[in-house]
Amino acid sequence: MTIKPILVFALVGLTGPAFAQDSSTLNIDGANMVTEIAAPSHMENVDTIYSGWRFRSTETQELELDDFDNPAFVFIDQGIDFWNKVEGSAGKACASCHTNVEDFAGLRATLPRVEGGKLVSMENLINDCRTERMGADAWKWSSSKMTAVTGLVGLQSRGMPMSVAIDGDAAPFWERGKELYYTRVGQLDMSCSNCHEDNYGVMIRADHLSQGQINGFPTYRLKNAKLNSIHARFKGCMKNIRAQPYKEGSAEFQALELYLASRAEGLSIETPSVRN
Amino acid sequence: MASGVKPRVKVPKKAAAGDVITIKTLISHKMESGQRKDKDGKVIPRSIINRFVADFNDQNLIDVILEPAISTNPYFKFEAIVPESGEFKFTWYDDDGAVYEAAKKIKVS
Repeated sequence: MTIKPILVFALVGLTGPAFAQDSSTLNIDGANMVTEIAAPSHMENVDTIYSGWRFRSTETQELELDDFDNPAFVFIDQGIDFWNKVEGSAGKACASCHTNVEDFAGLRATLPRVEGGKLVSMENLINDCRTERMGADAWKWSSSKMTAVTGLVGLQSRGMPMSVAIDGDAAPFWERGKELYYTRVGQLDMSCSNCHEDNYGVMIRADHLSQGQINGFPTYRLKNAKLNSIHARFKGCMKNIRAQPYKEGSAEFQALELYLASRAEGLSIETPSVRN
Repeated sequence: MASGVKPRVKVPKKAAAGDVITIKTLISHKMESGQRKDKDGKVIPRSIINRFVADFNDQNLIDVILEPAISTNPYFKFEAIVPESGEFKFTWYDDDGAVYEAAKKIKVS
């Protein structure tokens, strides 16, 4: 007689969270993160935006709560070494000019942005410094060195709200990004919105679909045990829908990055986040 | 010495006598299993951390043998009772003979 009610309860508990974001609150080393906020006015089909953290399992969520447990910090430490390493013909390191990496607090929140008529991501800023001011080789977009340093710089903005400019010079790039977001591509003939707008919170086979927010990048993924760039993640999505991915650093991915950043308006930056 | 090895340890700075404290340790290490082959088909030699030891005031707390199946960046979390102020010493032994050490002091009131 006592077994029956317990069984029913367990089943309800199992089916409940699988079909929506959960209600946990994210607090990293004493700092509260915004993981849920009203959607910005330009989003016509979504009322509330959620961080991808809310869609992950409890075990994965816990890894992000403490910087010692967060595996991404192994790579952030490597980023500090790259930051201080002298390279190139000018005999400089990042730290030669930028003595305090803390000075970059807030940068992650405003990228990508338009500079001199071009849309630039953090990867572009780092490589410009490397090739023009250090006289060193440019890093590949998603190389381990690049993601370690974008992670280190992004970390300085952790807890700050995402806030990119989408008007003025940025407007045409933003429009292009929005068009890409809603354009069906690939053999499966799907757009970003089919999963991340129409079906977030639903299981797609074994995976729990999130809104595809980019507020935690570069993000440590358990599936490949390294930091992943935003553009590398886009490539992964495009391969899943059997499409030919754009190149990392391409105009298409940069425009999409700007559009997605604008869809995360107000969510706390979680760099470096932990996902599956 | 393997490249990119960095030990890190988290121990509370203060505790009361007899408290059970949680200790977390992590060492970045590639833990090459010795089972993989490179592009030319040659076996990549094994290079792992094979032993981990933690001591408190020269008294042994834990002594672990690690095997090749243990994945990259080995992480240990364990509990200890602290009777008095002192120093935790952590030692990792690499296959190539290198020894990595870390120490943390704790104040017990």
